[in-house]
Amino acid sequence: MTKQVQQLDRVIIRFAGDSGDGMQLTGDRFTAETAEFGNDISTFPNYPAEIRAPAGTLPGVSSFQLHFADHDILTPGDAPNVLVAMNPAALKANIGDLPKGGDVIVNTDEFSKRNLTKVGYAASPVEDGSLADYRVHALPLTSMTVKALEDFDLSKKDAERAKNMFALGLLSWLYHRPVESTIAFLEKKFAKKPEIMKANIAAFQAGWSFGETTEDFATSYEVKPATQEPGLYRQITGNMALAWGLVAAGDRSGLDLFLGSYPITPASDILHELSKYKNFGVRTFQAEDEIAAIGAALGASFGGALGLTTTSGPGVALKAETIGLAVAVELPLLIVNVQRSGPSTGLPTKTEQADLLQAMFGRNGECPVPIVAPLSPADCFYAAVEAARIAVKYRTPVFILSDGYLANGSEPWKLPEVEDLPVIEANFAEPLQEDFQPFKRDPETLARPWAIPGTAGLEHRIGGLEKADGSGNISYDPDNHDLMTRLRQAKVDGIAGDVEPLRVDDPDGDARVLVLGWGGTYGAISAAVRRVRKAGGKIAQAHVRHLNPFPANMEEVLKSYDKVIVPEINLGQLATLLRAKYLIDVVGYNRVRGLPFKAEELADVIRDVMDSE
Amino acid sequence: MSEALALVPKSEIPLKAKDFKTDQEVRWCPGCGDYAILAAVQSFMPELGIKRENTVFISGIGCSSRFPYYMNTYGFHSIHGRAPAIATGLASARQDLSVWVITGDGDSLSIGGNHLIHALRRNVNIKILLFNNRIYGLTKGQYSPTSELGKVTKSSPMGSLDHPFNPISLAIGAEGAFVARTIDSDRQHLQSVLRQAAEHKGAALVEIYQNCNIFNDNAYEPLKDADQRDDITVRLEHGQPIVFGRDRDKALIQDGFGFRVGTPDEAGVVVHDAHDPDPSLAFALSRLDQPAFTHVPIGVFRSAPRPSYDSLLNEQVAEAKDRQGRGDLAALLRSGDTWRID
Repeated sequence: MTKQVQQLDRVIIRFAGDSGDGMQLTGDRFTAETAEFGNDISTFPNYPAEIRAPAGTLPGVSSFQLHFADHDILTPGDAPNVLVAMNPAALKANIGDLPKGGDVIVNTDEFSKRNLTKVGYAASPVEDGSLADYRVHALPLTSMTVKALEDFDLSKKDAERAKNMFALGLLSWLYHRPVESTIAFLEKKFAKKPEIMKANIAAFQAGWSFGETTEDFATSYEVKPATQEPGLYRQITGNMALAWGLVAAGDRSGLDLFLGSYPITPASDILHELSKYKNFGVRTFQAEDEIAAIGAALGASFGGALGLTTTSGPGVALKAETIGLAVAVELPLLIVNVQRSGPSTGLPTKTEQADLLQAMFGRNGECPVPIVAPLSPADCFYAAVEAARIAVKYRTPVFILSDGYLANGSEPWKLPEVEDLPVIEANFAEPLQEDFQPFKRDPETLARPWAIPGTAGLEHRIGGLEKADGSGNISYDPDNHDLMTRLRQAKVDGIAGDVEPLRVDDPDGDARVLVLGWGGTYGAISAAVRRVRKAGGKIAQAHVRHLNPFPANMEEVLKSYDKVIVPEINLGQLATLLRAKYLIDVVGYNRVRGLPFKAEELADVIRDVMDSE
Repeated sequence: MSEALALVPKSEIPLKAKDFKTDQEVRWCPGCGDYAILAAVQSFMPELGIKRENTVFISGIGCSSRFPYYMNTYGFHSIHGRAPAIATGLASARQDLSVWVITGDGDSLSIGGNHLIHALRRNVNIKILLFNNRIYGLTKGQYSPTSELGKVTKSSPMGSLDHPFNPISLAIGAEGAFVARTIDSDRQHLQSVLRQAAEHKGAALVEIYQNCNIFNDNAYEPLKDADQRDDITVRLEHGQPIVFGRDRDKALIQDGFGFRVGTPDEAGVVVHDAHDPDPSLAFALSRLDQPAFTHVPIGVFRSAPRPSYDSLLNEQVAEAKDRQGRGDLAALLRSGDTWRID
């Protein structure tokens, strides 16, 4: 039979299954095929903290949402058009997000009495009519996979495990995805287990063939490649981009990177990634605890390396004293906080932006630390380079505030040319200076010399005790302490003149309301702004990348609008800073659900504020 | 000097003790044991023959941790308990430095206990001098993790309830490859232990019995009192039979898993083997002073070389550069799945 092909401009698919079903891998592969095809993409993995929650239960559901389009998109999408549910739990946990009329592909093999009961279904929703509002494709994915693999020398269990590849094959057919890269991926992943490799490829191809022959799918869909700027692209997650940005910072500064880290969700991937780059002179040290991790990094910085530590909020809490020490001794140091929901252990795998005030103020004494926040997965790369530039130039610890959403989400990234990245000058102090003064500052930057051990004639002592201006000797002089406190603050404040001004997107220049965000909400806010503008609304948008100090034009921008909306995934932390510093009563929009904002939700907020104008 | 300092540049001119003194006024209490240790270290350092600028002293918090201010080398007075962590980063990043950690019993065994044990098990190339005065001095006299049970202090008016650590037992239990003890008042012995510590490639823990004459005076009196010290102090020397006593009339005889005191002419006098890969006998020696001051071994309990963390780490770096070639950022960015849009 001849099948119809329908053109779509965008599709949002959510793969959902048990955390052992390989949904993240399935999503990753579909994303890779889609990126290669040339669509614009944005992804959102959502998984439990438990490695293997009890099989078939609601807490064990893992999902991966992918938005792809023939035009430039900004978010993983508010709601899926297609839900792939590998078991009853996945259906129950996700069906509420699927708009009526959406496609549901369910794996009926898992809809046993036992599995249905586990999640509180009295009868199978596939059969009792409760899915009547959707286009349901009830398919025995597991048994079809097992049947496709009956000629392989595999246990039934191993054969069943390939069902995610069968599903991937089916979806790849449905959306005309290129398959070569997935086959190459499987060949590499299972190179040491040839039978498993062949079985997975066979399951993948069987899924594709099933799509082509079944009458269940009369139509397949095409989403044309997006028009993107010419160049070489790759798909990248935030954590990967951050790791590469750090490698780039080492490369552009000529400094060896030294990472001290303790495993913590959702930051561990950066440790894993950087541990691969010893040929770049990157040394990774998995410490005994969060405190030792940053301590070792600071020790390495003292020795002239680019010291850094990667963690999440609970780890930052433990590192606070050492960050204070780094402020006192004025050495370069990078602290990466991939934020997750708090307080305490909170929701380790869920996103939040609630560590901004911790980064600003979470130390004893007057202890200013610059803060840079990336706004998209790929931007994590540039944020890392920028943070390193500030740290080295100003001899200061710098926070990079990423979040769980950016860390695991991915998007296409047009690769930069290395020579377009800034050169970072370490400028170590020259040996054998007469009357060397370790705390004599550069008059312009207020940075002190970085005099590393091994430099003849510059032997000196640093520490957490207050130092005399210039000589760095211990000083209890009251006026000196006041002076040094103000100098440290002035040094950080002065960075405002050395960073890009806040850019405002206000196409006609006549908007009266500004929406101002920071960090990982950029995509959702921008998508909301587009929707409002499409309907004729006048709205200006700006996104803060430097949260300490704020860009020099911040106040001017804020004061040129009647109202400023500040959406944050916290209870109003940036809003608090803006009110305190500029006496502007910004309008907050705050939700802490462990999830990114939806574009429609923010569009509603913007409309409400504009209507109240 | 030894292999341990092979990567540290040599000083072109011979240095003297005075080269290691700073212009800072030393601010310990008059009579503090720290003065003797400082003088012993300053006069020992020139022996290493390395450049002064390649020497680093790192400390935590406490009376002893003021030490780096008085050494004319690079120095870092850090925060409470964290000196081994900071030193680990420095020594791992810079193999051309001789890195020394100065710490006390509160700093290293209480708040910094975790970093101490992990630095020892990793065998990072740092030399840890643990000034043990069995009291908190800088905070003015609370009991410490080495204070004896029942000790009456400001924070334990009815006597401390904490069973103390034996730092040597702890260090051996933490897989320490070099573990030694010495006394502030015996400069010659102290320097001989420092010498052996410096020669060890990796982490060396040197416990120094140090007198706090203000808050815990005479804590080590039995070891200093001319009438009894020779009968109590057991000097350990690698390869030598363990014989002691004023008239050298006592000897350690192995007895089951421990020892008994016998005479040098008996069969079974223990010959000290600091290099033994099995730490059991070294650990047994560390238990000799229970109850306190029956017999106190000093010297090197254990010096059993194994590869140091920093050398293994830097070997991996060299191997990676060898195998993959020096890192090329442009090639990294273009690695894996990419696509071109024209």
